Amino acid sequence: VNDLAGGPAVRQLNLPVGVTKIAEEQYFLNNAMMILCTVIFIAVFAVMFYSIWKHRKSVGHKAANFHESVVVEVIWTIVPFIIVILMALPATKVLVAQKDTTNADLTIKTTGYQWKWGYDYIKGEGEGLAFISTLDSTHRALSDAGAKGEVPDDYLLKVDNPMVVPVDTKVRIITTANDVIHAFAVPQLGIKQDAIPGFVRDTWFRAEKVGDYYGQCQELCGKEHAYMPIMVKVVSKADYTAWVDTKRKEAAAKQDDPNKVWTLPDIMARGEKVYAANCAACHQANGKGAGPIKPLDGSAVVLDADHNKQIHVILNGQNNGAMPAWKQLSDTDIAAVATYTKNSWSNKTGQLVQPAEVLAQRGK
Amino acid sequence: MSSTTHGTTPYYFVPGPSAYPVMSAIGLLFVIFGAAQWINGHQWGAWSLLLGMVWWLGTLFAWFRRAIGESESGQYGHKVDLSYRWSMSWFIFSEVMFFGAFFTALWWARTHALPNLGSLDNALLWPDFKAVWPTMAPGATGSPADIVEPFQTVGPFWLPTINTALLLSSGVTLTIAHHALRADHRAQAIRFMWLTVLLGATFLGVQGYEYYHLYTELNLKLSSGAYGSTFFMLTGFHGLHVFIGMLMLLFITLRLRSGHFTPERHFGFEGAAWYWHFVDVVWLGLYFLVYWL
Amino acid sequence: MSAVIDPHGHAHGPGGHAHDDHHHHAPTGWRRWVFATNHKDIGTLYLLFSFTMLMVGGVLALLIRAELFQPGLQVVNPELFNQFTTMHGLIMVFGAIMPAFVGFANWMIPLQIGASDMAFARMNNFSFWLLIPAALMLVGSFFMPGGAPAAGWTLYAPLTLQMGPSMDAGIFAMHIMGASSIMGSINIIVTILNMRAPGMTLMKMPMFCWTWLITAYLLIAVMPVLAGAITMTLTDRHFGTSFFSPAGGGDPVMYQHIFWFFGHPEVYIMILPAFGIISQIVPAFARKRLFGYASMVYATSSIAILSFIVWAHHMFTTGMPVTGQLFFMYATMLIAVPTAVKIFNWIATMWQGSMTFETPMLFAVGFIFVFTMGGFTGLILAVAPIDIQLQDTYYVVAHFHYVLVAGSLYAMFAGYYYWAPKWTGVMYDETRGKIHFWWSLISFNVTFFPMHFLGLAGMPRRYADYPMQFADFNAVASVGAFAFGLAQVYFFFFIVLPNMMGKGEKAAQKPWEAAEGLEWEVPSPAPFHTFETPPKLDATATKVIG
Ligand code: HEA
Ligand code: HEA
Ligand code: CUA
Ligand SMILES: [Cu+2]
Repeated sequence: VNDLAGGPAVRQLNLPVGVTKIAEEQYFLNNAMMILCTVIFIAVFAVMFYSIWKHRKSVGHKAANFHESVVVEVIWTIVPFIIVILMALPATKVLVAQKDTTNADLTIKTTGYQWKWGYDYIKGEGEGLAFISTLDSTHRALSDAGAKGEVPDDYLLKVDNPMVVPVDTKVRIITTANDVIHAFAVPQLGIKQDAIPGFVRDTWFRAEKVGDYYGQCQELCGKEHAYMPIMVKVVSKADYTAWVDTKRKEAAAKQDDPNKVWTLPDIMARGEKVYAANCAACHQANGKGAGPIKPLDGSAVVLDADHNKQIHVILNGQNNGAMPAWKQLSDTDIAAVATYTKNSWSNKTGQLVQPAEVLAQRGK
Repeated sequence: MSSTTHGTTPYYFVPGPSAYPVMSAIGLLFVIFGAAQWINGHQWGAWSLLLGMVWWLGTLFAWFRRAIGESESGQYGHKVDLSYRWSMSWFIFSEVMFFGAFFTALWWARTHALPNLGSLDNALLWPDFKAVWPTMAPGATGSPADIVEPFQTVGPFWLPTINTALLLSSGVTLTIAHHALRADHRAQAIRFMWLTVLLGATFLGVQGYEYYHLYTELNLKLSSGAYGSTFFMLTGFHGLHVFIGMLMLLFITLRLRSGHFTPERHFGFEGAAWYWHFVDVVWLGLYFLVYWL
Repeated sequence: MSAVIDPHGHAHGPGGHAHDDHHHHAPTGWRRWVFATNHKDIGTLYLLFSFTMLMVGGVLALLIRAELFQPGLQVVNPELFNQFTTMHGLIMVFGAIMPAFVGFANWMIPLQIGASDMAFARMNNFSFWLLIPAALMLVGSFFMPGGAPAAGWTLYAPLTLQMGPSMDAGIFAMHIMGASSIMGSINIIVTILNMRAPGMTLMKMPMFCWTWLITAYLLIAVMPVLAGAITMTLTDRHFGTSFFSPAGGGDPVMYQHIFWFFGHPEVYIMILPAFGIISQIVPAFARKRLFGYASMVYATSSIAILSFIVWAHHMFTTGMPVTGQLFFMYATMLIAVPTAVKIFNWIATMWQGSMTFETPMLFAVGFIFVFTMGGFTGLILAVAPIDIQLQDTYYVVAHFHYVLVAGSLYAMFAGYYYWAPKWTGVMYDETRGKIHFWWSLISFNVTFFPMHFLGLAGMPRRYADYPMQFADFNAVASVGAFAFGLAQVYFFFFIVLPNMMGKGEKAAQKPWEAAEGLEWEVPSPAPFHTFETPPKLDATATKVIG
């Protein structure tokens, strides 16, 4: 393996220097703290080891008799006190700066899902763009297989749709979550912000160098916690404009008409993809579920002739979000995946769910 | 200071081997095992819970009876008495901290969670939510996700105020009983103890009625959002403590009747009284923070 | 309840503090242990229990390390991995470290203050036996449908709401352990406040008693808060409340505040008794009185008080207002000051002493050295801007294993070697003790030092699999972990077991030349009953004079 530019280096020993002012400040602070602590450490333990060496019984040292000194106690209370104040001062400055999320040029809402990230560009250039970012599925499979053989340098860090932002732009990230707490963290950008369901929190960065920067979810969020990486692509402003453009066109092309009437083979093919991308992580490719996760194969709700039961579960989730809500998927995707589960494995219902049915159930 | 013969007070009483502790622990094993099963939909868990409870309470009964016997036969000297005083104080301190957690939850829900949920930024998530406490007050839009059925809230009038009066007067009657005991007017002490227990029981009755009223008429339930959660957990745990305190007082009354305690030495009485006053103070906190504010 | 065995209490004869009361023989057979009301027996039970839990938690740790030995999933699936991590944390904290210190307290506090027993002997036994149902429930949860809880030892909402039935088992188990801790603490406080021999004033009391007095206070203050937090989790799971659910007006972050209000004092609960043990051992082997006794007492109290106002340093990334972050950063950094006082006092005690390095002293010095490294990383984590990078990475894992393993656990080893002669009546084998020390010290650092690098490079904790770049240090850590585990197996079979079977050189009443304190005024092994009547003490309250 090699170092991953914008991600971890092989046997990396220290924080990354980073590509934002804040990250650099953090790097600097950490080094300063390290040096200061090491110096104190050496000083303190030099004394101890000197004493251990010289004041041993085996070299004939006789014990002295002192055991109290107010003066000394006061000194070694005040000196550390002053040292920590000196440490806290520069930290305060950085802290205040990193909390200042005002005057952002671009605002992106990032939503943590079990186990993927959703990005909504809500203000600034690219407003309105929205997409989901997941771990490259071959990497997930590689992990299950024990990561043997040729393993790519961006193992577990490669995503299908990276977040793209322009360089030298103040980007405000608003975090929230759909199910449990996640954390949006990118070391090179010097940010980490918990994504809390029901609440929004924010942080910001201004990347000074074009490049790909990697991060991972850093709050335990259930079984696939290790598999929801983050990739932020920092591009030049011109490239960014171009990207926004293509993304817009793509989105327009992908717009499904929720009133389109599908045939079974077509929608099954679509459903298989949706299932693999979203559901298989828990319910497994064979639909058998695992542990607390319910099997779909043979499930009463899936087999039910009343389509609305299953649509309701998919839209709103179940068991306190153990089964998350999937309302962010399009009507067509939900219809497709419902149809797929109704006609896969031992489920042979022949039922076909149309997007219009899903649309009708939304908000109910 | 100390002596060899039984019947006189040792310097410090150390009980011999005892089966009560381990029996109690076994009872509690059944309790928690049963409870964990029961709430997950296994009906038989309830039986384990019940069996464990009966077992545990039976053991405690025997244990306490034994301790009372030791006390009455004069084996607990001044030192042991002092130990009991310390332990009761620390126990009450732990209870204060327990209630503290729930009061904190109330405070947090009102002054942090709610305004945050309704803040400008949060309108991204809950655009229609208007933050007003309680979540169903006029002008409010219910819980953020609108999952809470409409309910009405309770004010201090009249049941809670009546209850405040009940508890406060029970504090007075208890103090009268204490003075009576100290003056060796046992009959009067017993009379006022009964009165205290009765006031406690009435309090519970009124609270039970209030709960009934809330559930059936105001539709205020444990599941009524943050308001219902904090309301019922706080008043519920308080009610439970009133119940326990009442049991303590009841047993003290019965002990008084069988001639236990002397005007000088009656820690059992005082311990129960401290507990009762503690329960009283918690109520005052509830009365102001939950019902008034 | 006719089967209840409960003979009358002891009314003790005058005189002989150090002689077994000839009216009462130590009970024998299983009843001696199960029905125990003797602080020494109960102490032994506690110690054995906690060592068992250390093994269970340790095996879980080794499973974690086995999985993390290389990238990719080899040993377990991610779901099971999270269960292992969670249960490892819970078992180590609540099953191994806390009960072990209670075991030390049971054995040593009555001996050190000249009391006949703990203040409430039966409740003492109850505190112990409560741990058994709790441990059964906790470990048994692996066999419940859906497996053990997998939400991390911190049990953050709303992930806990997604857990299976074992979560409830875990919650009840923690309620019971909490009750046990509260009763145990009340017992310890009352014993210390009320049962000191005449002349044993508070400011003459051994440091171990002082640190436990303060620890017990912390326990009583925060265990009920934890009980409150997990009770809310329970009702959110099953009874429709919305404490932590924003949909109903609650807040998941509220859980974290309540939890850490318990959780931070909790970590000092796990270190203060360790400070106490070290404060006993260093003077004994430096042959010089503890330097700055009074300031040690004040420092310990300051740590305890400060520990209540720093909890949100675990929550710097939750998005607190900047004022909150600043407050918690400053308050946390302040704790370095009283801790510094303690470290300096120990070193000043060694200064100009006449030191020897038997195993207890080795572990004590090892403690001071390695714990301080953990303290410094703590300080670095306390700097909020740096914590933004390091929160929830292996740097944190490294930090807390330095303070918990090389701190709490080392202090317990030190305490074991120091007091085992008193407990068992035989000396441990010095060579083996030294082997245990060096082997542990080296393998410990091999295990946990690389984790600092991993954390700085950004490896998140609670990860079943990780990017390739982290592979080498993980491999090193895993090798170290197995070596460290083996060292503890060695400790048990080659040191503890022979001691327990009475093999080895007979221990003198006071095996350490310069040790001070009342525990050395009774024979080795300590007889079943000691100080049945309060001893008369000399002016320093370290010797019995009549
Ligand atoms: C025994 C347990 C123990 C102890 C004693 C400590 C001690 C300290 N801890 Fe630690 N900590 C934990 C157990 C412990 N911790 C655990 C278990 C976690 C993780 C929980 C979880 O998330 O699962 C944690 C996490 C943790 C965090 C959160 C990290 C994160 O999740 O992002 C922080 C942040 O501030 C922190 C800080 C500190 C500090 C400042 C101290 C201080 O008390 C240290 C003081 C000591 C010294 C500073 C060294 C000695 C001093 C000198 C030699 C004098 C000279 C020094 C100066 C003048 C600077 N700890
Ligand atoms: C309180 C004390 C304590 C102790 C003593 C330990 C001891 C150890 N811990 Fe742990 N640890 C925690 C408390 C503790 N830990 C906590 C609170 C967490 C956080 C949990 C969470 O994230 O929720 C944690 C998390 C944690 C992690 C991170 C897991 C993750 O994030 O996914 C790791 C990873 O390496 C780890 C490793 C170890 C190891 C190798 C030991 C070793 O020291 C263990 C040594 C002991 C033994 C190994 C037992 C003896 C051996 C045998 C019984 C026989 C078998 C032996 C051989 C065949 C060699 N611990
Ligand atoms: Cu999402 Cu961890
Ligand atoms: Cu802390």
